[in-house]
Amino acid sequence: MILLAGCNAHQSTLAPFGEEARSTYWLTVTLGIGALLIAVLVGTLAWRAAHSPGNALDHRQGMRLILWLGAVFPTVVLTALLLFALPEMRPLPSQPGDLTIRVDGEQFWWRVQYESGRGEPLIGANEVRIPVGRPVVFQLAAKDVIHSFWIPGLAGKMDMIPGRTNRLIVKAEKTGRFRGVCAEFCGLSHALMAFDVVAMEPSAFDAWLVAARTPAAVARGRTRGAALFADYGCNACHAVRGTEHDARIGPDLSRYGARTSLGAGTLPPTTGNTATFIRDADAVKPGARMPSYPMMPEDEAHAIAAWLKELK
Amino acid sequence: MSDPERSEQHRKWHQQLRITLWTLIIPPTAWAAHFLFSYLWAAISCAKTGRFATFPVLFVGGTVMALLVILFSGWLAWHKERTPGDPPPHEDSTEVDRLRFLGKATLLLAGLSFVGVVFTALPVIFIGDCQ
Ligand code: HEC
Ligand SMILES: [Cu+2]
Repeated sequence: MILLAGCNAHQSTLAPFGEEARSTYWLTVTLGIGALLIAVLVGTLAWRAAHSPGNALDHRQGMRLILWLGAVFPTVVLTALLLFALPEMRPLPSQPGDLTIRVDGEQFWWRVQYESGRGEPLIGANEVRIPVGRPVVFQLAAKDVIHSFWIPGLAGKMDMIPGRTNRLIVKAEKTGRFRGVCAEFCGLSHALMAFDVVAMEPSAFDAWLVAARTPAAVARGRTRGAALFADYGCNACHAVRGTEHDARIGPDLSRYGARTSLGAGTLPPTTGNTATFIRDADAVKPGARMPSYPMMPEDEAHAIAAWLKELK
Repeated sequence: MSDPERSEQHRKWHQQLRITLWTLIIPPTAWAAHFLFSYLWAAISCAKTGRFATFPVLFVGGTVMALLVILFSGWLAWHKERTPGDPPPHEDSTEVDRLRFLGKATLLLAGLSFVGVVFTALPVIFIGDCQ
């Protein structure tokens, strides 16, 4: 039962949706079956050895058995596996024009920047969207400590190291919503540092990339939530496209309403949860780098949350 | 000795080579040196050219050299190991047992080291990436 609890289709190396994860999956299956066969072989040999009369094998035959089954056979099998696995470990091919997504790991969330061609990159957070069938180059770095970027269904993990940019090239093969996680212990809320991955049809992705740059209409609106957001100084850390708020310390909230999670994969982004998070982020995510607002009345938190939910 | 009637001069050149504890460690030493060489070569050539060499001539040359050293010491050990004598274990304090023991041990080490060098070289060549 405990093992079954790990089964799911959106965050699993056993449910691959990308090229690299798929070949890793088949390698795992091959290794599993091979290990089973070898275990059966060893078991049979041991059983026969224990049940055959003494001296059934002379010294020469025994030595030959050790040479072939104990040395030559494993060497050949390991060489074959190595020759199969090594080419898979090469980075996927990519061209200079390919979509580049820069992701920075920060305690305990993800800064995401889509860089395509000229112009300002599109900034987002805690969600990564990729087109299916095209290579995507991830440039991975970190602000504070070492994190690790891992989308189990897509590709292997890649460390995010402060002061260094690592490249990970991926290619999604199936559309859908998936999940990625931080795979390197990075502090109190390491386990609450995940993100959503959306693999889209290329045309839908291109359309999204354009649409995402246009500010949400309500951003400029003179709602109570928008006013409170500024009054409480949230704009010291958060940016909202289409307003004068452009701080880059915390996650960009321009399209918060379109997110499928709150606090980097921690909670469903309902208005209620968002309000709770705004008043006491530390209670939801211990060690989160966002101040708590214990004096904020609940209805004000709700007003801000409601406004943020409309930013799509 | 194995063939006391033959004088020193009539022996083939390789029969004059002695095998000792020192020659026993030649194969693993070649393996270790090749291992270090692989890292150094990759680091230096990547740092100098910025990308993985298309034809890693120096690396292949070094690998072939390590393999030749190992093959040679294995071949020598194989000859010594065939000195006539009792079947194993070679545990008597006689010259023949000493030779046969060292020969067999060196031969096995040479086999292991050969595979070790190949398994070190394959990733370097196949991954072919500087990151
Ligand atoms: C000192 C900088 C700072 C201030 C001020 C601040 N935040 Fe945050 N905020 C953060 C950081 C950092 C995170 C990421 C926390 C995490 O997930 O680990 C965050 C996360 C959030 C999130 C979740 C974002 C997501 O992608 O899930 C919301 C919503 C939010 N803040 C709203 C607010 C509001 C509303 C205010 C003002 C009342 C505010 N923040 C003030 C730094 C700040
Ligand atoms: Cu982390």
